[in-house]
Amino acid sequence: MSITLDSKIPEGPMADKWSNYIASQKLVNPANKRKFKIIVVGTGLAGASAAATLGELGYQVEAFTFHDSPRRAHSIAAQGGINAAKNYQGDGDSVHRLFYDTVKGGDFRAREANVHRLAEVSVNIIDQMVAQGVPFAREYGGMLSNRSFGGAQVSRTFYARGQTGQQLLIGAYQQLARQIGLGNVTLWNRTEMVDVVNIDGRCAGIVTRDLLNGEVTSHSAHAVVLATGGYGNAFYLSTNAMACNVTAAWRAHRRGAAFANPCYTQIHPTCIPQADDFQSKLTLMSESLRNDGRIWVPKNPDETRSPDQIPEADRDYYLERIYPSFGNLAPRDVSSRAAKRAVDAGQGVGPLKNGVYLDFADAISRLGLDVVWERYSNLFEMYERITGEDPRVVPMRIYPASHYTMGGLWVDYELQTTIPGLFCAGEANFSDHGANRLGASALMQGLSDGYFVLPYTMAPYLSEWLNKPIPDTSHEAFAAAEAEASDRFARYLATNGTRGPDHFHRELGKIIWDYCGMDRNKAGLEKALAEIPALHDEFQKDLNVTGSDTSVNQTLEKAARVDDFFELGMLMCQDALVREESCGGHFRSEHQTQEGEAKRDDENFAHVTAWEWSGDMAAPIEHREPLEYEVMKFQTRSYK
Amino acid sequence: MSTLTNITLKVWRQDGPDEQGRFETHQIPEIPAEASFLEMLDFLNERLVAENKEAIVFDHDCREGICGTCSLMIDGRAHGPQHGTATCQLHMRTFASGDEIVIEPWRAAAFPIIKDLMTDRAPLDRIIEAGGFITAATGGAPDANLIPIPKPVADASMDAAACIGCGACVAACPNGAANLFTGAKIAHLNLLPQGQAERFQRSEAMVETMDEYFGSCTNHGECEAACPKEISIDVIAVMNADYLKSKLKNRKSLSRT
Ligand SMILES: Cc1cc2nc3c(=O)[nH]c(=O)nc-3n(C[C@H](O)[C@H](O)[C@H](O)COP(=O)(O)OP(=O)(O)OC[C@H]3O[C@@H](n4cnc5c(N)ncnc54)[C@H](O)[C@@H]3O)c2cc1C
Ligand code: SF4
Ligand code: FES
Repeated sequence: MSITLDSKIPEGPMADKWSNYIASQKLVNPANKRKFKIIVVGTGLAGASAAATLGELGYQVEAFTFHDSPRRAHSIAAQGGINAAKNYQGDGDSVHRLFYDTVKGGDFRAREANVHRLAEVSVNIIDQMVAQGVPFAREYGGMLSNRSFGGAQVSRTFYARGQTGQQLLIGAYQQLARQIGLGNVTLWNRTEMVDVVNIDGRCAGIVTRDLLNGEVTSHSAHAVVLATGGYGNAFYLSTNAMACNVTAAWRAHRRGAAFANPCYTQIHPTCIPQADDFQSKLTLMSESLRNDGRIWVPKNPDETRSPDQIPEADRDYYLERIYPSFGNLAPRDVSSRAAKRAVDAGQGVGPLKNGVYLDFADAISRLGLDVVWERYSNLFEMYERITGEDPRVVPMRIYPASHYTMGGLWVDYELQTTIPGLFCAGEANFSDHGANRLGASALMQGLSDGYFVLPYTMAPYLSEWLNKPIPDTSHEAFAAAEAEASDRFARYLATNGTRGPDHFHRELGKIIWDYCGMDRNKAGLEKALAEIPALHDEFQKDLNVTGSDTSVNQTLEKAARVDDFFELGMLMCQDALVREESCGGHFRSEHQTQEGEAKRDDENFAHVTAWEWSGDMAAPIEHREPLEYEVMKFQTRSYK
Repeated sequence: MSTLTNITLKVWRQDGPDEQGRFETHQIPEIPAEASFLEMLDFLNERLVAENKEAIVFDHDCREGICGTCSLMIDGRAHGPQHGTATCQLHMRTFASGDEIVIEPWRAAAFPIIKDLMTDRAPLDRIIEAGGFITAATGGAPDANLIPIPKPVADASMDAAACIGCGACVAACPNGAANLFTGAKIAHLNLLPQGQAERFQRSEAMVETMDEYFGSCTNHGECEAACPKEISIDVIAVMNADYLKSKLKNRKSLSRT
């Protein structure tokens, strides 16, 4: 399949594109909707909201998740909040400002039209979620409360204590549960998608593996939506849930879906530093803490006093010093690199000197302990459970960790991938955040895609297939994909080596973190591109998976996911290597200003890089979607 | 950094839903106090795989105490010894060198064992499907600030909505009742102005679906003690009151149609 990247941006002025699109797109009439079968893979925020809405509209929907219940996706862990341009605080917010902040925050590497739509739809999301019963935080007068987040100068973030993702996901899950109860959506839980099947150049369905008994089965449909989340676990240690993986997107990529900007990964500045070698994941401390916490390190690398004994004069509040107008709320990429510089300079704190302080002492004396506790109690408790330290007494220790992936499957304005009939939503696609995502914008994007975009943008594709039968799963393409999947799982079991999949995942993650993490350069990336295939080779020869393929086998599940991370890791490094500039989360140390800030090259790199699978993991084919800015003018991102 | 030594684990192994289960003993010679309980099991599993043995199956995902996937009986207590803490948030510093720790799956008639420590908690989803939602078609919602919700109401609703659907309440209950889980959802939605229209249908449908799958509540209060989110047993009172009213109101509204 040769790939053309047609972004399908609608005509008209930026602010009218989405309404023009809705007004002029082809529709599927209500009576015809039930003739279409749609598969939605993933029931996180993006998938659950899409499946619920499509089911409600009358389509026949089949929803798949490898979790035991749709209430459990990774989305549930989001703490801080969700943005919307409601301007309830009357502080000058507007759709335009949210659009502007998002394009700027993304370092001018996002598609303007998509971002504008996201900002427009953001207001509907809050209305929708409140109607569903999401108990957002309220002021005493009963109105919704807001807080501010990194990269913005207005308070537009809605939240439900420190459990915003949980409350939003439960909201979407309840809408989905209602559709399941009504029989409009069929749920396949503990079922993992392991391949995409194309027939006559369009997506005809998927192949799944039942995690309870290993059975491999095909499912056909008129269209397929992947809402399978991000690939931050490529780094092994990340804030993502343990099961997050790239398999669904990667298998689609191998079948012809272009993968865009894989090197755009977000390293979140405020996570609890690694404590020991056993660590299986890192825990995020919500960025909302930066509203009231002050970040500092001791000026002296040899400092031995406990933090409360270190006088002001011996502390370096480095974010406030370097970025006076944004201070502790500087965007994530900027804050992360600043923390890395401090730790690399030997000013790190904690037993392993691998963190920086996030200190609430000033906030407590200004607002009182009660107010601070009310805002952050669950985060403080979580921190104490993990570290054994009480942040009311001792400043928190934080350090950056892999958190979110801006890259993902390339999609056009309709969220359709380069495989016709295969759509992609939520963190799994690349669309709205450019090279860096602003805090509280992922939940917004997932719900926007699922509730308000896909239900419209799938219609034009579907309308062409009205009254045309879908291929039967007995078609040879399904049989071939099933056989391939079964062979693959049999191969992992038969390798009979000496090391389990976790071992390889840890080693792989270390390579990617060291060379394709917060700071990248040509020599390092080339090294990674040599080390990853060598390790993959060992994986193929020395993998050990015990147990069988006829009952639950988590070692086997993990092996398949790690296998796909190897190939993705190569593409991340490849992409980072060809992008000879620094932008957002992608920092090439060859391309920085004298003060160590990212140096973009708009002349040569104002494009999306979309990779086509060539069959050879070392030689993917590069395609480019030029980014043209109609409204925004290129400017150097400055948070000073 | 301190280290624990000589931990003995007695772990429940069961090959499938209809197989006989048994306890298996494993030694953990050394583990850092900073490690989480599940990291200790990861460590054991890696060792088992290296010895060509099958890893112990257990459910987990977020490891942040929010997804509700983890579900272990530790020394006979749902989610283990630490109050208000899910299994994944438990750290080895809660234990001492030389401890013997017994690890079992949730034990409840409604949650059949799938394998080892993994159970099937799908009946909880059935309760939500029966009525644990507010009907609000996508796109038709009024402005979010149209209905002010007093902060104490929003807070009380949020307290109930914090439930993570782990099922510890059921596992801890001598009768295997799901009243705390169901009550939490009913309280979350029935306290809100948006939840009023369906309040009584919801209460009736959810309670009756719950009764189909789960045992009945005889007020032991074990559920509240085991709940990692410290959901108050008061939600059960809210549920019972609304269920009683629903029997009356739903009958009345039927006769009106
Ligand atoms: C700790 C943390 C805190 C965060 N806080 C915030 C915040 O405050 N604000 C914000 O805006 N964003 C936040 N984010 C980011 C945000 O939570 C995620 O980007 C977003 O929730 C992703 O939603 P999703 O629906 O795309 O994917 P997910 O929620 O990851 O869902 C993926 C779904 O796909 C399924 N799936 C995946 N692969 C397969 C397969 N092969 N077969 C079958 N099913 C599959 C899974 O079972 C799951 O149902 C946070 C992220 C983290 C890690
Ligand atoms: S009420 Fe508590 S114990 Fe029961 S499912 Fe909810 S969180 Fe778990
Ligand atoms: S693993 Fe998510 S709550 Fe324990």
